[in-house]
Amino acid sequence: MANLFEAKKLSAFYGATQVLFDIDFDIEAGKITTILGANGAGKTTTLRALCQIVRTTGSMTLNAGAGEVQLVGMSTDAIVRMGVAHVPDGRGTFTALSVEDNLKLGAYVRTDKAEVARDIDKAYARFPQLAERRNQQAGTLSGGEQQMLAISRALMLRPKLLLLDEPSFGLAPMIVAEIFRIMRSINAEDGVSMLLVEQNASLALNLAHHAYLLETGTVALSGPAEQIKNDESVRRAYLGY
Amino acid sequence: MEALLYQVSSGLANGIIYGSVALALVMIYQATHHINFAQGEMATFSTFIAWALIQAGWSYWAAFFFTVAVSFAGGLLVQRIVLRPIEKAPVLTNVIVFIGLLLIFNALSGMLFDHTIKAFDSPFAKDAWFDTKYFSSHQVGSAGVLLVVLFALFAFFKYTSVGLAMRAAAQNPDSAKLVGIRVSWMLGLGWGLAAAIGAVAGMMVAPIVFLDPNMMAGILLYGFAGALLGGIDNPLGAVFGGLVVGVLENLLGAYVIGTELKLTVALVLIVGTLTLRPDGLFGKKVVTRV
Repeated sequence: MANLFEAKKLSAFYGATQVLFDIDFDIEAGKITTILGANGAGKTTTLRALCQIVRTTGSMTLNAGAGEVQLVGMSTDAIVRMGVAHVPDGRGTFTALSVEDNLKLGAYVRTDKAEVARDIDKAYARFPQLAERRNQQAGTLSGGEQQMLAISRALMLRPKLLLLDEPSFGLAPMIVAEIFRIMRSINAEDGVSMLLVEQNASLALNLAHHAYLLETGTVALSGPAEQIKNDESVRRAYLGY
Repeated sequence: MEALLYQVSSGLANGIIYGSVALALVMIYQATHHINFAQGEMATFSTFIAWALIQAGWSYWAAFFFTVAVSFAGGLLVQRIVLRPIEKAPVLTNVIVFIGLLLIFNALSGMLFDHTIKAFDSPFAKDAWFDTKYFSSHQVGSAGVLLVVLFALFAFFKYTSVGLAMRAAAQNPDSAKLVGIRVSWMLGLGWGLAAAIGAVAGMMVAPIVFLDPNMMAGILLYGFAGALLGGIDNPLGAVFGGLVVGVLENLLGAYVIGTELKLTVALVLIVGTLTLRPDGLFGKKVVTRV
């Protein structure tokens, strides 16, 4: 299948500090791609570069059906309008707003009101915990519920590409398992392509189709997830057996 | 007893004006976390525009709504042109720019409309309101106008998607960008709304204090005291704070400290609130992680 997204010689900077060094990576349409790596390898920065929140050089093209579009130099809100939804690290929910308002904001750029209402019901069906708390302030939710809300909010965009930054972070194993099960179904049933950043390598490799390994801002290894999982050095350094 | 009631009622009438100014301050604070020191002078300038239109033969309400619209556009433009380049600058830079704006608008009012004191007619009848001694028709009328503004704002923030987006952008600008909100434009919108509310306050106060370029200087201080007392992030609290300041100022002025020291009440309230209860009566406690 064709690539939804291609990055070529992508570099990213915080002020004068360079964090990504000429990396190349692709996201295949309809598949889950994961980026693994240790702390400080540049995983989160890669997602931020994709949304143009950090200064970047190089090329990133998105082909969401209407031809190739260059993302480098675009504004963040324009990239969102192209169908890229981002679940940032720390979840990024609007803590003082209600659960329902958070979901509505996820569909801010959409104009099809009736469909938005249907998608809100769909989100509640997917995560019944959120339905019970629809009028509650998002800040009062537990960590797991906030992650569910963050993912639901991103899905409200009906994204072509969903960016997920460490959805397992700080959550109990049972909740992580539930969230990953739902992510798999979102990919399999709704065909949403995903770029998943994770520290939990075994979890990510079990879910993803394709994997990249980042080491200090460069791609150290890439290939099908099955193959990376069985790579001797990855197993020792990241999977721990 | 009657004198006391009279002091309370005229205090409430002043408080309505302070409440509207406080509301304008809160609008900008919610969007940008800055206090716009030029708010008063911008409102005065708007009032001069309304005055000029009425002099030119416009009817009061035509001039009123046109001025509100022009002020909205003006506030938006000030944010886009003057403040956008310094969005990421330290707070002191912003403060200096606000003071600069204050001087510019004050001088502009004087230059274009001169410094003589002008009468500004009220749209409401001159006599007392249904023969009550305590309220004039103008006072009741401006209270009505403020209520309409409050309800309109409440409905805007609660029921429109742009209002929701403004709240989101103020609260978490990074996440707001990630759902496709143009955060910088939301700040501009906040400035436009504040300028429009300021214009309403100016047009309501001008019939009482007369119109001159320094009309709002003291009123801004009272408004600021009201906003702080009610909680700088709470629109309803700001209006309530404005009313309290109006009544307190009048009662203390009449019975305790004399009219010369009235402005001191506002200053004491500002310092007192900031030291004893920085979040105000109805403000949210905000904890910032450093």
